[in-house]
Amino acid sequence: MAAGLLDRLKYGLWHDNPGLVQLLGLCPLLAVTATFVNGLGLGFATLAVLIASNALVSATRRWIQPEIRVPIYVLIIASLVTCIELIFKAFFPDLDRSLGIFIPLIVTNCAIVARAEIFASRNTIGSSVVDGLVMGSGFALLLMAIGAFRELFGQGTLFSRMDMLFGGEPVRGIVLAENGWLLLVLPPGAFFSLALAIAAKNLIDGRRKDSRTAIPRRARTLNR
Amino acid sequence: MTDRPIWKSGVTLAIIAGFCTSLVAFTWQLTADRIEANKKEWLERSLQPALAGLFFDGSVTESMITIPVPHELPGSDAAVIYRVYAAEKPVAALFVVSARDGYAGPIRMLIGIEIDGNITGVRVLQHKETPGLGDRIETVKSDWVLQFDGHSLRDPEAAKWAIKGDGGQFDQLTGASVTPRSIIRAIKETLIWFEANRVSVFAAAAETENSDEEEDN
Repeated sequence: MAAGLLDRLKYGLWHDNPGLVQLLGLCPLLAVTATFVNGLGLGFATLAVLIASNALVSATRRWIQPEIRVPIYVLIIASLVTCIELIFKAFFPDLDRSLGIFIPLIVTNCAIVARAEIFASRNTIGSSVVDGLVMGSGFALLLMAIGAFRELFGQGTLFSRMDMLFGGEPVRGIVLAENGWLLLVLPPGAFFSLALAIAAKNLIDGRRKDSRTAIPRRARTLNR
Repeated sequence: MTDRPIWKSGVTLAIIAGFCTSLVAFTWQLTADRIEANKKEWLERSLQPALAGLFFDGSVTESMITIPVPHELPGSDAAVIYRVYAAEKPVAALFVVSARDGYAGPIRMLIGIEIDGNITGVRVLQHKETPGLGDRIETVKSDWVLQFDGHSLRDPEAAKWAIKGDGGQFDQLTGASVTPRSIIRAIKETLIWFEANRVSVFAAAAETENSDEEEDN
């Protein structure tokens, strides 16, 4: 069981990462990741919705006729997102203002409905919760990584405005430079950053494969 | 799959819809008060910076009046004015107006003016200016918007209410000239309006608080 858990964690965070590999939920991923705290906030909200929606879909899977499953997923996900939105408005009002429309738009995150359809509708509650946890974490970590990257190089800071999550006076975070490469904070920067992240992942995977199989470079090219 | 009658699907859907609705209703019950308090606190908090160094009584948000369009103030939407009192005497007015001609749409801003016409503070509430260039009108990004504190229609004279590049007195923002121009024009127009309407502003009865305005911001 423990080994199985570790394997699934590896899948969610790396081999089958919803953002990096399945390329799902790109709209919020690209839109809000201008800073680390935004990535963390939306990642956390998505993770919470995914765990809860997986649990609910799994719990009701025996009663749901296949022909009405999609409207039911939509109902469940939309209600959960509304609850999360209310909770954010009540407890993290500043972060809610900063994320704006992207909290309600979690409803349209395909990663969530995909997990409901692919996994939660066919597995036990416990297993579905684990799935929500690993897949949600994979997505959240990617949001945070891209947020940190864009904030660091685009703005010259890291962890600015963390007060939106943890309260207190507005903070500028770790200031490394007064200015950064502006393009990264603008929308195109989101595409570049995601492309770099995917390229980096493929590079690492390629290296690993090379060292494991050790096929001569020429032979491998020919095989393709 | 066995052939199930359609009404059974309907019943399942209804039960789940009922469950989901109660979940949302329950969460709303738990959070409604806090959300309302947050909204009010945020509004109150966002008004404070434009009243720097001023002594006043009570809650500013309770003395709100709305000036519907068409009006002579900057902006093509309704302007909001909060009256500020100390010992029941008017000391200042806070204007929420929009600079019409920003680089990317209107710039919603807050302008605090003392009864004698001196600016107590200017803050940008909402804008869509270019990040890194025009967005330095935010106090988090730069101190540019603080340079107006203490100025009035007589200081500097009307012709000097412009950026230095246009022969005026105020600093510009490198790489963004449209944004500062539109903000300075909006401040000047507000000052002129306040001078002309000072008496009537404080004579009007306060409106009961409505939350519609906050939705706009």
